[in-house]
Amino acid sequence: MKYIPLTEEDKRKMFEEMGITSISSLFSDIPEEILLKRKLNLPPALSEKEIVSLIKRTFKENDLTERIFLGGGAYFHFIPSTINYLLERGEIYTSYTPYQPEMSQGLLQAMFEFQSVMSDLTHADITNASMYDGASALAEAILMGERINKKGKVVLPKNLNPQYREVIETYLKPRNIEIIEVDFTEEGRIDIEKLKSILKEEVSSVVVQSPNYFGVIEDLNKLGKIIKDSGALFILSIIEALSLGIIKPPFDFGVDILAMEGQSFGMPLSFGGPYLGILQTKKEYVRQIPGRIVGETVDKNGKRCFVMTLRPREQDIRREKATSNICSNHALKALVALVYLATVGPRGFKKIAEINYKKAHYLAKRFNDEGFKLTFSGPFFNEFAVNLPFDENELREKLSLVDIYGGIPIEGYKNSYLFAVTEMNSLEDIELLMCAILEG
Amino acid sequence: MKLLKELSKKGSNKFFIEDFNRYDIKVELDKNLLRDEVELPDINEVTLIRHIINLSHRNYGVDNGFYPLGSCTMKYNPKISEEIARREEFLYMHPLLPEDMVQGNLKILWELSEYLKEITGMDAFSLQPAAGAHGEYTGMRIIWEYFKDRGEERSEVIVPDSAHGTNPASSAMVGFKVIEIPSKNGIVDPEELRKVVTDKTAAFMLTNPNTLGLFERDILKISKILKEKGALLYYDGANLNALLGIVRPGDMGFDIVHLNLHKTFSTPHGGGGPGAGPVGVKDFLKDYLPYPIVEKEDERFTFKKPEKSIGRVRSFYGNFTVLLKAYIYIRLMGPEGLRKVSETAVLNANYIKEKLKEYYPPLVDTVYKHECVLSGKPYKKYGVKTFDIAKRLMDYGFHPPTVYFPHIVEEALMIEPTETETKETIDEFIDAMIKISKEAKENPKILKESPHTTEISRPDEVKAVKEMKLKW
Repeated sequence: MKYIPLTEEDKRKMFEEMGITSISSLFSDIPEEILLKRKLNLPPALSEKEIVSLIKRTFKENDLTERIFLGGGAYFHFIPSTINYLLERGEIYTSYTPYQPEMSQGLLQAMFEFQSVMSDLTHADITNASMYDGASALAEAILMGERINKKGKVVLPKNLNPQYREVIETYLKPRNIEIIEVDFTEEGRIDIEKLKSILKEEVSSVVVQSPNYFGVIEDLNKLGKIIKDSGALFILSIIEALSLGIIKPPFDFGVDILAMEGQSFGMPLSFGGPYLGILQTKKEYVRQIPGRIVGETVDKNGKRCFVMTLRPREQDIRREKATSNICSNHALKALVALVYLATVGPRGFKKIAEINYKKAHYLAKRFNDEGFKLTFSGPFFNEFAVNLPFDENELREKLSLVDIYGGIPIEGYKNSYLFAVTEMNSLEDIELLMCAILEG
Repeated sequence: MKLLKELSKKGSNKFFIEDFNRYDIKVELDKNLLRDEVELPDINEVTLIRHIINLSHRNYGVDNGFYPLGSCTMKYNPKISEEIARREEFLYMHPLLPEDMVQGNLKILWELSEYLKEITGMDAFSLQPAAGAHGEYTGMRIIWEYFKDRGEERSEVIVPDSAHGTNPASSAMVGFKVIEIPSKNGIVDPEELRKVVTDKTAAFMLTNPNTLGLFERDILKISKILKEKGALLYYDGANLNALLGIVRPGDMGFDIVHLNLHKTFSTPHGGGGPGAGPVGVKDFLKDYLPYPIVEKEDERFTFKKPEKSIGRVRSFYGNFTVLLKAYIYIRLMGPEGLRKVSETAVLNANYIKEKLKEYYPPLVDTVYKHECVLSGKPYKKYGVKTFDIAKRLMDYGFHPPTVYFPHIVEEALMIEPTETETKETIDEFIDAMIKISKEAKENPKILKESPHTTEISRPDEVKAVKEMKLKW
């Protein structure tokens, strides 16, 4: 009860001033028959000292390795020390949605800067102040596309991250939006001819993930043209956001809505969350984008300042007519992304992306040299699929001997595994991985 | 204050990662895809750190002072939870590691679900939703699936006029038609409810205590009306801070709940997020929960997909570190501590109401729960609005309460002190509110021109919309 500061004397005085004799009189409005007449059946309170050792003990039940060659929607990247320092600022992390701009200029300016940096990075007109994660942001992007085009159909590629696909299905099922699937080629890229024939029908939007689930970078130029000609909206999903360090800004390809996962921008893997959903669009769709948006204005003395703006789209004002129900976003994580990008800077960001590319290609080359074939021939960033002569258990056993974890099995492809390589994987680890695979 | 872009100077950033020139690998991408330059602020680390610190100086959180934002439960966040949640172990915890490598994490998730079941009186939980509104969405989606499965066409969701805006928005996102019913003296009138419940009704969404801070004392009648028509009762857990260990939604007849862990279980709100919005259900709905959920088999924890699951509502398992902080909080408080949380939160809210009611009349003078809604209406005749009162509070060093919500109270001031404040702080707040009421009568100008002490004052919101500058 450490966090309840009232003393017995305080309570006595308060009771006196309120003219009551006990706390129970304040609960007299609760019907007797539903009152809980026993103590909650929970473990007794622990001290700080005890909770620390309890959590330590619990974490010992995890089997930790830093040698991770796993991607599949979450990427292991370096986190600069500026980020943890920022996260210690109580003025920011213990604040709430900035409803009172006079007392929240710090966060509002940070959100404005986040929107700006993200827009510069992708050439978007509009970035909102964040969503929950990449998957739910993509589902919201599709709903947004449907609000704009109202044709009742969305095209999803078969090389979309399966978890993202599942989230989309959850969101779309009650909404009468039909999902049309498009196949991929041996390159691992969307089959453009098949897409063309699908687009003869009227569809609201086409989703493309790049790099896609197999790590392959799509031909965004061609896709952009074809989708635009059909009148559908081009929704791009980027899950490995670091790829933006080597790939052209998405809005240069004619993207209409970009739904991105920002975890790579300074967020620890944290067993899957909290991550960062980033949602962007063109100016003409600004009133259709869900979530918070911060805008610049001036105060009564003409001083530059920032406020939450375009509020009439939002749930607390428009209720059932809102663009979305989202209100809590991931502001603190947006701030992390901002600090990450400002810390690494324009050259650092590019360099980290290049190192990811080079290390992944180095591992791919090592596989190739040893006679293991990549599953797909398309260009990739820091993740790729390779065919290995073992089943999942054998692979895992081999790698666990050297304390490495990697290789997500690809459904529908026998003994094909996804490996991600980032700046965190040392050359020694890459060699160790190869040794383990080649031994025996 | 300058923007990062204005601090930017070409060549200033000296971040160094590593060289990777040992092996000759060129970036061979189609030229049409390849990027030349990346436009990012070019800032050295010293300047960046100062920028961040200066931003934080221009922000106000619970760590700065009183933050009585009604319906948001801005209580103190234990520092030990922060420290633990930032331990290095998490950096390496990839969500796709196999179950046997992450048994410790699964144990925490499983135990947290068990605690939440006990606290709410529900039978099963999913920890996946990332925020309260996300939990509402998940709950409404489960209700949709349940009725579809039963072959019943139920297209309507009822909400009271005092409901959080997210309730109708979440219902509409699933495709339900929203029907609003009026309250009577601030609570739901069972007779009004009876008029609109039909065999088209899927659910009634209710916050209890509601957004006025009033306990819905007819809850058993309400539950009966819905059950008779085969509709479900949904609990918006935003205000659960008032009832821990005292009464449980499951015992009040609710079929499905969401909790705002960041509110009731004291994880920092982070300037608007991340949060966590677990959804709990009664047995008959447990097969519909989003997957994966953690189950215990002998001494081993494992991820399961419920039989008729609605699917996933986001990637992976939820906001794990937020869930961990809530877990730590429950362990630190224990059963007696949680009950004390609610008793004290309720005591503080009623104390404020008693001391301020002659200055700011409540809609009804009765016992409140964790928050009280007062009105700034008496000062309208002096040309002062609740908006001005809120702004003036800043000059006294307080974050204002929630204003103009719920909509059913004219000039509403929704005050939620929580249990973590000292009597001294609460008394200072009360004094400030009384001084402001005096000022409103004697010197309304000072209120109209406030705040005087903040970085900026009264931003031009119309200009922000008209000129729409959303990036530098």
